[in-house]
Amino acid sequence: MWKFIAKRLVSMIPVLLGVTLIIYLIMSMAPGDPAKVILGEQATPEQIAELREEMGLNDPVLVQYGRYISGLVRGDMGESYNSGLPCQVEIFARFPNTLRLATVAVTISVILALPLGVLAAVKQNTLFDGISMVIALIGISMPVFWLGLLLILAFSLNLGWFPSSGSEGLRSMVLPAITLGFNHMASIARITRSSMLEVIRQDYIRTARAKGVSEKNVITKHALKNALIPTITVVGLQIGAMLGGSVMTESVFAWPGIGRLMVQSINKRDIPMVLGCVIMFSVSFSIINLIVDILYGFVDPRIKSQYK
Amino acid sequence: MSDKKYAVEINDLAVEFRTDDGIVKALNGLDLKIEEGKTLGLVGETGAGKTTTGLAILRLVPSPPGVIVGGSIKLNGEDIFSKTEHEMQALRGKAVSMIFQDPMTSLNPVMTVEEQIAEVIELHEDVNHKGAIEKAKEMLEMVGIPGERGTEYPHQFSGGMKQRVVIAIALACSPSLLIADEPTTALDVTIQAQVLEMMKELKVKYNTSMLMITHDLGIVAEICDTVSVIYGGRVVEHGSLDDVFNNTRHPYTEGLFRSLPNLDNRSEKLKPIKGLMPDPTNLPEGCTFYPRCDYAMEICKTVKPKKVYRNDEHYVECHLYDENNVKVGGLIGK
Repeated sequence: MWKFIAKRLVSMIPVLLGVTLIIYLIMSMAPGDPAKVILGEQATPEQIAELREEMGLNDPVLVQYGRYISGLVRGDMGESYNSGLPCQVEIFARFPNTLRLATVAVTISVILALPLGVLAAVKQNTLFDGISMVIALIGISMPVFWLGLLLILAFSLNLGWFPSSGSEGLRSMVLPAITLGFNHMASIARITRSSMLEVIRQDYIRTARAKGVSEKNVITKHALKNALIPTITVVGLQIGAMLGGSVMTESVFAWPGIGRLMVQSINKRDIPMVLGCVIMFSVSFSIINLIVDILYGFVDPRIKSQYK
Repeated sequence: MSDKKYAVEINDLAVEFRTDDGIVKALNGLDLKIEEGKTLGLVGETGAGKTTTGLAILRLVPSPPGVIVGGSIKLNGEDIFSKTEHEMQALRGKAVSMIFQDPMTSLNPVMTVEEQIAEVIELHEDVNHKGAIEKAKEMLEMVGIPGERGTEYPHQFSGGMKQRVVIAIALACSPSLLIADEPTTALDVTIQAQVLEMMKELKVKYNTSMLMITHDLGIVAEICDTVSVIYGGRVVEHGSLDDVFNNTRHPYTEGLFRSLPNLDNRSEKLKPIKGLMPDPTNLPEGCTFYPRCDYAMEICKTVKPKKVYRNDEHYVECHLYDENNVKVGGLIGK
């Protein structure tokens, strides 16, 4: 198991190199000059040329990229064009906020989605099944930012129950977490339902019933663990998607996480900061994938025996 | 006849599967009896209703779409249709258990085999989890698997060993009736013989009555006391092993024997029964076998044949016979 984890951690390195290279190339090809951004509208061409030379912006892109990576492995994400402070300071200050919001959203959505999906499968073709699947369909189809705006309209402006922005206390987390988690919940509920439907038709479920196992235990003890395998995949992928969703959710609710930081940095053409945010996202995504793969092993002994 | 005790008595059982494509009449008035401690072979082709019969005894016919529309099933003299679901759960695995056809898919892939055996013991016997695991290991030893392999998962076992595990689960609580649904069909021939031998021994050891569902007449000859031949959801011929094998009456039973290879003359061609099972959504009005029968008469098309008894046990449902000629036979074959 440890060998497997070590192997997976090593294989993350080329992935991260690839991601940073692509982002670096895209950002360097985007129009606009960082030197101009830093010096402002009034800068003279001489000043700009001088700063470009100083920042090494005249070097070939790959040389610049190499310089960036060598800094990165030493824990240096470069200085923000905007504040002049090291990027990692701002990113690490904000990352816990994003993590907190995502954790709450994931937890709530999984807690709601699993029973919903299981019940919908057990009561297939009933009213309950129909209603929950319509809700799930709405959840999947509704864009995150639009749901966020609707929630603000209803619960902040009209009812005044929850604040529409900020990050003080639990109350301010309710609306962003629902916004971020709703779509997630819908996907998990749907996959849980469909894998559950498949599992309860399996022969070993019939064997369990023939042993005299009660219907409740047939579902919770025999079927659920088997149905969880595809569900875990989707949860893992969805957490990745949720990091993307946090960019929009954090913007709508002015939540001080790295999603919003990234949007602000893009607007200010603060390339090192954008790169830093993207790297944080990709590292998180890779680690989540690793956790998902390890979880598989705990749920499915057939997979665990391959982790040698 | 009335002093005999039956492990299971099925009378006039009718089961339908109501699907979008029509009503599949799986069982149409099936009669079946197994004396205590005896083994009945239920023989027939795929789709004749063999597995449905087994599941009906456990009251596990998948519903929807399966509906039991008529008849009765008595298990050790008790009517199971009048029982609550909770009472049925107490019977399943304890009074009656079932071995399923495919050992590859019959075990839960994410539970260790000893947990799967221990589960049934914990459900029906007054033991704690540790005691149940102990007993599960004993059961494994009994079916010829080292007890310490109990902590392994089904995917670590071969097909024959999985079937042994399934048998261990079925026998763990010494049921009075064991339903074995083609227990050896999915296994290699050599393993088949081992598994059958083991089942025979265990049956004697526990004095279990058994319903052996199969299409293999060799297995029937090996292990059964009585035989019921099922066709189109009805028993068309029933009798002792000797009755059915040596005094075959029904043309369908005769056809089954003729489709077996002849060991004395190995180059002889098999004579399969012509045609296919009738569409169960649209069964013939009269005898369900008449479209494939070499001896079909006009009456077979419209009138269902009644039971004609050759002796106390042996009966046949066929228009060829009446009380007079059923004892003599010789109307079919050759």
